Amino acid sequence: MSSQTETLVKVEPSEPLFSKKNRKLLVDPLDGNNPVTVQVLGICSALAVTVQLVPALYMAAGLIFVSTFSNLFISLIRNSIPSRIRIIVQLAIVSLWVIVVDQVMKAYAFEASQKLSVFVGLIITNCIVMGRLEAFAMANKPWPAILDGIGNGLGYGVILISVAFFRELLGSGSLFGIKILGSDSLTGLAYQGNGLMMLPAGACIIVGLLIWAQRARNGYAEDH
Amino acid sequence: MDLISLAIRSIFVENMIFAYFLGMCSYLAVSRKVVTAVGLGAAVIFVLTITVPLNWLINEYILKPDAIMAGVDLSFLQFIVFISIISGFVQLTEMAVEKFAPALYGALGIFLPLIAVNCSILGAALFMLGKPFGLAEAAVYGVSSGIGWFIAIVALAAIREKLKYSNVPAPLKGLGITFILVGLMSLGFLSFMGISL
Repeated sequence: MSSQTETLVKVEPSEPLFSKKNRKLLVDPLDGNNPVTVQVLGICSALAVTVQLVPALYMAAGLIFVSTFSNLFISLIRNSIPSRIRIIVQLAIVSLWVIVVDQVMKAYAFEASQKLSVFVGLIITNCIVMGRLEAFAMANKPWPAILDGIGNGLGYGVILISVAFFRELLGSGSLFGIKILGSDSLTGLAYQGNGLMMLPAGACIIVGLLIWAQRARNGYAEDH
Repeated sequence: MDLISLAIRSIFVENMIFAYFLGMCSYLAVSRKVVTAVGLGAAVIFVLTITVPLNWLINEYILKPDAIMAGVDLSFLQFIVFISIISGFVQLTEMAVEKFAPALYGALGIFLPLIAVNCSILGAALFMLGKPFGLAEAAVYGVSSGIGWFIAIVALAAIREKLKYSNVPAPLKGLGITFILVGLMSLGFLSFMGISL
């Protein structure tokens, strides 16, 4: 028996990369904890950029990129940020990634970049990115933070694609720029574009109906 | 006069909420009661009035191509410089309100620092870049965008307070009906599009 006291250090087994908890981070935001329809974040761009499918896809890709990397970096430095200036630090890190996305889009996808105009820059203030930084990345390890960023970005993308699908199909009778409805299109069906769907008001109504359908399925209801 | 026409256009025709849908997140979250909506709207007007001309000055004398020296183009820094100015100013405002009006500070709570990430503030600054404004126009644009946002949020709060007494289907209550409401109000504001002064 040794005369030295042995201190037992409890080594926590590191969680497997894709454990149930981590997979939940990826899958929950797609429906049950959707950033747009449940957490009420990222509404502005969901309404404004969904006139056509192609810019909406670029926007979703940009947001997934920014959300993932901002979550990662903030999670890495989370213990050394003074509380008073944490919003400024978060904004600085997010702006760096948004500048990268903006410059890359201007270089390789100029048309989409023009259509999105200020909304690429507005990813900085996109509530999903800031909201997940505050709610998750500031208190969790890097790998879960990455998964959370990807998951919420994908949840946002799902809503964007759903709204853009209806707006483009009903508004201009096309999908991905290919004319589907209308006399000179693939199907040859007679169709005049629906002006309401081209306006942001149409997007509002579609999102309202989406929320109705989602909550009726999930059984979630607010008290007033 | 040009400035008045710009003001009317920014308040009604190019309304920050109903035409561009900027600032929706805090708009939806704070519009349950008229009292808090008025407080937040006033704060947004204040921040927009100061930050839009301030950002205009910085862009004009530092960031624009050939602003500091011929051949130097710092416009790629616009995002980070604008957002830093905005969040710095909101931090200052928060400290001033805490010192001089503690009751208002308590009432606004978390929403005062959240104005820094309100898309309408950064959005107004970025829209201002795309237009041929001078300093006076930038200031008028800032004030009127704020007033437009204020009108939108107070109107929605007033309607939502009355909605409590209606028979909205359960899954549609709260967020769903609010979205449809905002869509209808946006359609209503479209009626201003034909105004020319």
